[in-house]
Amino acid sequence: MAKIGDRIKRTEDRRFLTGAGRYVDDLQLARCTHAYFLRSPHAHARIKSIDVAAAKAAPGVVEIFTGKDVADSKVGSLICGWVVKDKHGQPHKAPAHPAIALDTVRYVGDTVAMVIAETYAQAKDAAEQIAVDYEVLPASIDPVKTLDAGASQVHADVPGNLCYDWELGEKAKVDAAFATAAHVTKLDLVNNRLIPNAMEPRAAAAEYDRGTGNYTLYTTSQNPHVARLVLSAFVLGIPEHKLRVVAPDVGGGFGSKIFIYADETLVVWAAGKIQRAIKWTAERGESFMTDAHGRDHVTHAELAMDKDGKFLAFKVDTIANLGAYLSTFATAVPTYLYATLLAGQYTTPLIYCNVRAAFTNTAPVDAYRGAGRPEATYLVESIVSKAASEMKIDAAELRRRNFIAPDAFPYQTPVALTYDSGNYAPILDQAMQLADYAGAAGRKATAKASGKLRGVGICSYIEACGIAPSAVVGSLGAGVGLWESAELRFNPTGNLQILTGSHSHGQSHETTFAQIVSDKLGIPMDQIEVVHGDTSQVPFGMGTYGSRSLPVGGSAIMKAADKIIAKGKTIAAHLMEASEADIVFEDGTFKVAGTDKAVPLGQAVFAAYVPHNYPSDKLEPGMDENAFYDPSNFTYPSGTQICEVEIDPDTGVVDIVNFVAVDDFGNIVNPMIVEGQVHGGIAQGVGQALLENAVYDKESGQLLSGSYMDYCMPRADNLPSFKLGYQVTPCPHNPLGVKGCGEAGAIAAPAAVMNAVRDALAQVGAQDRIEMPATPRAVWEAIHAQ
Amino acid sequence: MYDFEYHKPKSVADAVAALKKASDGKFMAGGMTLIPTLKQRLAQPSDVIDLGAIGDLRGIKVDGNTVTIGAMTKHAEVAASAEVAKAIPALAKLAANIGDGQVRNRGTIGGSVANSDPAADYPAAVLALGATITTNERKIAADDFFKGLFETALKEGEIITSISFPTATKAAYMKFPNPASRYAMVGVFVAQTASGPRVAVTGAGACAFRVKEMEDALAKNWSPDAVAGVKVPADGLNGDIHGSPEYRAHLVTVMAKRAVAAAG
Amino acid sequence: MTMSVSMSVNGKTVSGNVEARTLLVQFLRENLGLTGTHVGCDTSQCGACVVHVDGISVKSCTLLAVQADGAKVTTIEGLAKSAEQLHPMQEAFRENHGLQCGFCTPGMVMSAIDLVKRHNYEVTEEIVRHGLEGNICRCTGYHNIVKAIVAGASAMKAAGV
Repeated sequence: MAKIGDRIKRTEDRRFLTGAGRYVDDLQLARCTHAYFLRSPHAHARIKSIDVAAAKAAPGVVEIFTGKDVADSKVGSLICGWVVKDKHGQPHKAPAHPAIALDTVRYVGDTVAMVIAETYAQAKDAAEQIAVDYEVLPASIDPVKTLDAGASQVHADVPGNLCYDWELGEKAKVDAAFATAAHVTKLDLVNNRLIPNAMEPRAAAAEYDRGTGNYTLYTTSQNPHVARLVLSAFVLGIPEHKLRVVAPDVGGGFGSKIFIYADETLVVWAAGKIQRAIKWTAERGESFMTDAHGRDHVTHAELAMDKDGKFLAFKVDTIANLGAYLSTFATAVPTYLYATLLAGQYTTPLIYCNVRAAFTNTAPVDAYRGAGRPEATYLVESIVSKAASEMKIDAAELRRRNFIAPDAFPYQTPVALTYDSGNYAPILDQAMQLADYAGAAGRKATAKASGKLRGVGICSYIEACGIAPSAVVGSLGAGVGLWESAELRFNPTGNLQILTGSHSHGQSHETTFAQIVSDKLGIPMDQIEVVHGDTSQVPFGMGTYGSRSLPVGGSAIMKAADKIIAKGKTIAAHLMEASEADIVFEDGTFKVAGTDKAVPLGQAVFAAYVPHNYPSDKLEPGMDENAFYDPSNFTYPSGTQICEVEIDPDTGVVDIVNFVAVDDFGNIVNPMIVEGQVHGGIAQGVGQALLENAVYDKESGQLLSGSYMDYCMPRADNLPSFKLGYQVTPCPHNPLGVKGCGEAGAIAAPAAVMNAVRDALAQVGAQDRIEMPATPRAVWEAIHAQ
Repeated sequence: MYDFEYHKPKSVADAVAALKKASDGKFMAGGMTLIPTLKQRLAQPSDVIDLGAIGDLRGIKVDGNTVTIGAMTKHAEVAASAEVAKAIPALAKLAANIGDGQVRNRGTIGGSVANSDPAADYPAAVLALGATITTNERKIAADDFFKGLFETALKEGEIITSISFPTATKAAYMKFPNPASRYAMVGVFVAQTASGPRVAVTGAGACAFRVKEMEDALAKNWSPDAVAGVKVPADGLNGDIHGSPEYRAHLVTVMAKRAVAAAG
Repeated sequence: MTMSVSMSVNGKTVSGNVEARTLLVQFLRENLGLTGTHVGCDTSQCGACVVHVDGISVKSCTLLAVQADGAKVTTIEGLAKSAEQLHPMQEAFRENHGLQCGFCTPGMVMSAIDLVKRHNYEVTEEIVRHGLEGNICRCTGYHNIVKAIVAGASAMKAAGV
């Protein structure tokens, strides 16, 4: 039997390693046509006319749709599922987002036409025959300038390009605290825009069954039920029970596959129109242009301290770029997933945050691994290290002085959250030991002697995973609940299917979920199948994002398992003619306490399906239990990362020479899998800090980093091997005591790396001249700027 | 990509004949640049003439003080060649760091040199070692070969058959790769040749070019310090999101210094 | 221009008619249904499409199907001896958790095998990190991929493959 805590090898690996995975593009649907989307080459333009006649006559073309066809068909606007109210109580501005642009294109990549042909090459060939007459308009690209008076308007019905002006905290009290401060540290910071780059490009394939009127959409989704709900209830009007959404094997998501995009919307809609199957797979260049991007904040922050470095108050003013349209959860990211995290691990009693969300003529911006929390962590941990440097207090020591004490939990922060558990100092201690923090100064001196600049950086982060409970998120504007579903379906022969509303696209649910059930019910792993990603198979579920799968989805599975045990007890009591109160369940067997009488779970299952000798007066037949779990709070993973870098001042190259991460994820089910999640997260965080940058030309709005030639993906030789450690304070409010581990690496790493870079650059006075990504060019320019 | 007529001739003569017949034909060597270009629909040749089946164009010969490499010899073959490693180790090392492993398994020296990509590695070696480019029609000195951005002395229908590199008493190549694409952002090849020191730069300008001031300095004193003080003008150098002309100009000096140090 | 091609793929002779512009990866995926070879980019950089042509790793997105006419091609589907017995490199990826979403994995494994052979089964972490320049993974941070390849090299040597 697998046990919680074992390093179980993954169930899903065999198919992936032998080329037998089934990703959307691998599907071969009968008589399938292929779609190509003609996209806007302009950041902002009026479509004066569009002529598809020549293209329609091109070889192999089946149909071409434009914005007018979509509008005539009463297809609704793509939606944003979270309504943020501004500081005056007014709802955010949500301009229409047609799946195909009707008369105006608003970013490079905006959809202009859909070409469907017998082959993909034919569709692409034909698209070149579409004549679009554009009147190019001035574009607003910069998130700060777009809010200036006189900036070009992205949407006529959004004055000043302002989606909302939102605040959290009490400004007057914060200002009063600043007046008493012994020292104020100020920081201007840009959180660079990123492009998620899951290795599998987004894809959609759909078919329509004329006989039943049923649609099936296969798509790269992290949350197929949410996709179905949005497409059904808001955009296409296909009744939910007539639309099946399947997310088969999905090659990474990192947030970018949460959202409901124009592409899959059009594929399923058009499959009904042409009554044939359609497949579309993004080329990487399209992914760069149209996947929802991440981050993109410009912030000014100030931290007030007393003479001992105790934090008195923190105030933050952020401009968040939302792009040209609101993506599905865009509005929540720079508000409820950002400002609420600004307390970090500290007792800062007063915090005020103002966020202005801006429209620009760029791709929509939404949640990307960490979603708001990396932005908050980068800000908090950068200003704390800067404060330490200004106060001449060691960066670790300043953090320690301000940590929330282990006996203070549950801890109410001034920014709405109640931290459930944590113990931060031992984490910092362990990280410092693993990183040989004490020896850093010596290594810095040695490096300096050979002309190199060494630096060490700390990031002590707080996370909030498994966003919940539903009633709270609803009160904050969420259009959905944030519970999760599970069903444990036994078969008469004793093997078991776990049906989960979570979706695995790299997270290893097929292993982890089987492992927790194997541990709980005493069933071998190979007798358990995890089923996910198909709305026709699994109960309605909310999907996977925000590191929620184990704390929320896993908890639902545990609840369903409890129901199985309860039912099994009644059956076993009946079979053994014992009192139910005397039955205990151990190692997969129901036993009468104090006797040698026993009924294995499998026997109880069989009795439930072949109920010849069965407590029919008390129970229905069958062994199939479901559960829905709505958490009572977020979970709060925490940790400390320490990064050490060495900079070559001649070239500006930053080399990561050591990287340590110590995390508290609560209980750990499978350390091997957790480590993998941390590694991947760190790589993405390092990518943000040193390599990755989505760059638009500030005038034309062309995406200058639109391929792997210019968007720098982390490669194996950019990274070291990582040193990991754990501390465990179990989550007190979910049955597994788990906290979520998927995003921590990406949340903490940017600040750890950049604090190290700044520490190194401080030796030449360049620490305040560097922003992410600290590319060789940027570092060299920082060193040489006068 | 757009469709085209595909030819796979067995001889150089057949290849030239196929090109002449085509309305807008294109030779393909390893295809490591051409195929991505076609995929992006940035070119629409009527005919693609694959040089991959012409056996005469492959192979490495070392003859006295000359290393001759057939145009269709792959980067990986040059990198793995014990003969090249012995005669001009810097050349083998350069080849071992072109692109990535899979590119080296397909990409060829002739294709790279004929294409004159500003960010390609080989042009620096060709120029610094004073190589001779042999085509089906003539021999071209390296100094006369690279003309500009993707521009060479090659005429329509002219195919590089081999490239001959004189050995050097000292040589080394230092590349500063573009962080994203890994192409050379600046690559500097230095060589102490029979006719004196030669320094060639790739990645920084429209095509590979020599730096006379560095060569003069090295002629007086072959040491890293000799080039450390020589700055190339930023004017006219490439600039993009990864590096300004000023940064590239600076890197030329840094890479040159390091190359001289590595050459010994 | 439609052309007929014939090649050996995973030990079987296959043939088909393709346009000249058809890439090897398209022929493998669409004509032969060998969908284990993936396409993750359009600039020949991600390496999800790596296969072996005549024993050498190449990016099948940067090779025309007609160029592989007459060649011996091995894809990820052709590595394991049987459903039960994975190739030592595949097994090393499984043992070391060298994959998460699985999308880059086939290319990683195919590149790794060529890399190991090229280095005569003796690889270090540094060699592996440098040797994976042409393969991008977004999930693993490469840590476990590197571990897997170092372990896989020894296992390949021991198994004589």
